[in-house]
Amino acid sequence: MKEVHHKADEHHGAHEKTYKYGMVVDLDKCTGCGACMVACMAENNLSFRKDNSDRLRSNLWMRVYKISNGRPFPDTDISFIPRPCQHCEGEGHHHTPCVSVCPATATDYSHETGIVSQVYTRCFGCRYCMAACPYHVRVFNWWDPTWPKGMEKYLNPDVSVRMRGVVEKCSFCYHRYQRAKNKAYAEGRRELHEDEYQTACTQACPAGAITFGDLKNPEHKVHKLKKSRYAFRLLEKLGTNPKIYYVSTRDWGRKAGEVYAGEEPKGVTHVTHA
Amino acid sequence: MSTTEEKEQTVAENEQEKGGDEQAAEVAPVKPGTWRFLIPIAAFALGFMSHFSLGWVILPPILYAEKQQPIDFSHKLHVDEVGDCEGCHYFREDGSFSGIPELENCAECHEEAMGEDPEEAKLITEYIEPGKEIPWLIYARQPQCVFFSHAAHVKMGEMDCAICHGPIGDSDHVRPYQYNRLTKYSRDIWGWNIAGLSKNGWAYLKQADNSGEIKIEHAARMKMDDCAECHMEKRGVHEACFVCHK
Repeated sequence: MKEVHHKADEHHGAHEKTYKYGMVVDLDKCTGCGACMVACMAENNLSFRKDNSDRLRSNLWMRVYKISNGRPFPDTDISFIPRPCQHCEGEGHHHTPCVSVCPATATDYSHETGIVSQVYTRCFGCRYCMAACPYHVRVFNWWDPTWPKGMEKYLNPDVSVRMRGVVEKCSFCYHRYQRAKNKAYAEGRRELHEDEYQTACTQACPAGAITFGDLKNPEHKVHKLKKSRYAFRLLEKLGTNPKIYYVSTRDWGRKAGEVYAGEEPKGVTHVTHA
Repeated sequence: MSTTEEKEQTVAENEQEKGGDEQAAEVAPVKPGTWRFLIPIAAFALGFMSHFSLGWVILPPILYAEKQQPIDFSHKLHVDEVGDCEGCHYFREDGSFSGIPELENCAECHEEAMGEDPEEAKLITEYIEPGKEIPWLIYARQPQCVFFSHAAHVKMGEMDCAICHGPIGDSDHVRPYQYNRLTKYSRDIWGWNIAGLSKNGWAYLKQADNSGEIKIEHAARMKMDDCAECHMEKRGVHEACFVCHK
């Protein structure tokens, strides 16, 4: 049995290495096909609405936004931004926005993996987190989940289904991490290989725009990719310290990532849903 | 009854009471009313006892329903034969845990009756011959939102099965499966350990009267606070929710 550590140490896992799982999304490669959204829905037991193209009502953990430079033809240009949960770490006096407001401790930030959790059985649906999240990542279940007839047999047993009245969001396919860890433990090792834990959206992307891995591990691809001079994060000024990096060689595209009320950079006139 | 009669009666009663008081004063010169301090104490004791019995005796059977296992299985007998837990409860190659063995495992030995036990006869006639899986009731089955890795605890943590499951390998009989009527979760995994009663695990292990058979009366070491307590102790951290939840 492992030696007992004291609470005072730090809030990282006492004896285990810590990770910082994150993503680098190359917006130059993203075609906006939406395969990541579909893969996410299938993987995480997302339910269907009567009209799932109604973006106000659909519950999507991974959502692809379309942005444009707003210029007239022939200078017009568009770009797509796939947006999973940003898994904000916070820095300095900034907290993970959703975690700091939750009155039920239904969501927390894991210092072991860097993943923001959501425990559906604890959530009572006050939706403070939705108000706090600057990325509109969280979705609320206004209705009990439904699937087209027969499809409930295809639900993923590793992911619990959510009931009406709770908030849900992307978990970086945490069940895949658990499964990979399980296998690693059985083989007597603690470390995971890069390819053992990959999210569903990463694997589904036909353009290879999404790269997933441990941002702290120099052997993982994301470690190098996030250092690109074209890399940026959404609403970086807020100090949320998100773990999703985007790469775009287009200036206006990078500026779009900084859009926030009061100071909209020139050149972007609208942000629409894909 | 007329009014005059009534008057007469009350007068007579008053006289009687007076007489009674005088007599009491003669026997024991106690100031009237001193015993009254006992009233709140008695009332408290009565209230306490009634609520105590309500909470500990009457409510639990209302809250929990009981089911019997399909077959009265003797772990002791099988452990003696097979040698250890892993013979039937083994790890698969991908690190997942098999849990309850399938009928196939039972049929390896019990294709033909090995003894004369009526429970074994039941196994063969009702399950093995028709090829029907045994609908075991799983005491430790966790709710859908819980992830548990046997590999992490048994292989990495080198924990003994009995730490959570108790000395179930020594039991001769299966205990009834109790489940919460509202949540339908097994009593072993649902709710808090009131007043730390099952804190040290298997205090309820009982030697049944004459036969020397060991019977597990009550087992509960698989509730969330049990998990959290052990993780706090062994890992020294308040775990993130996503360590056990999904």
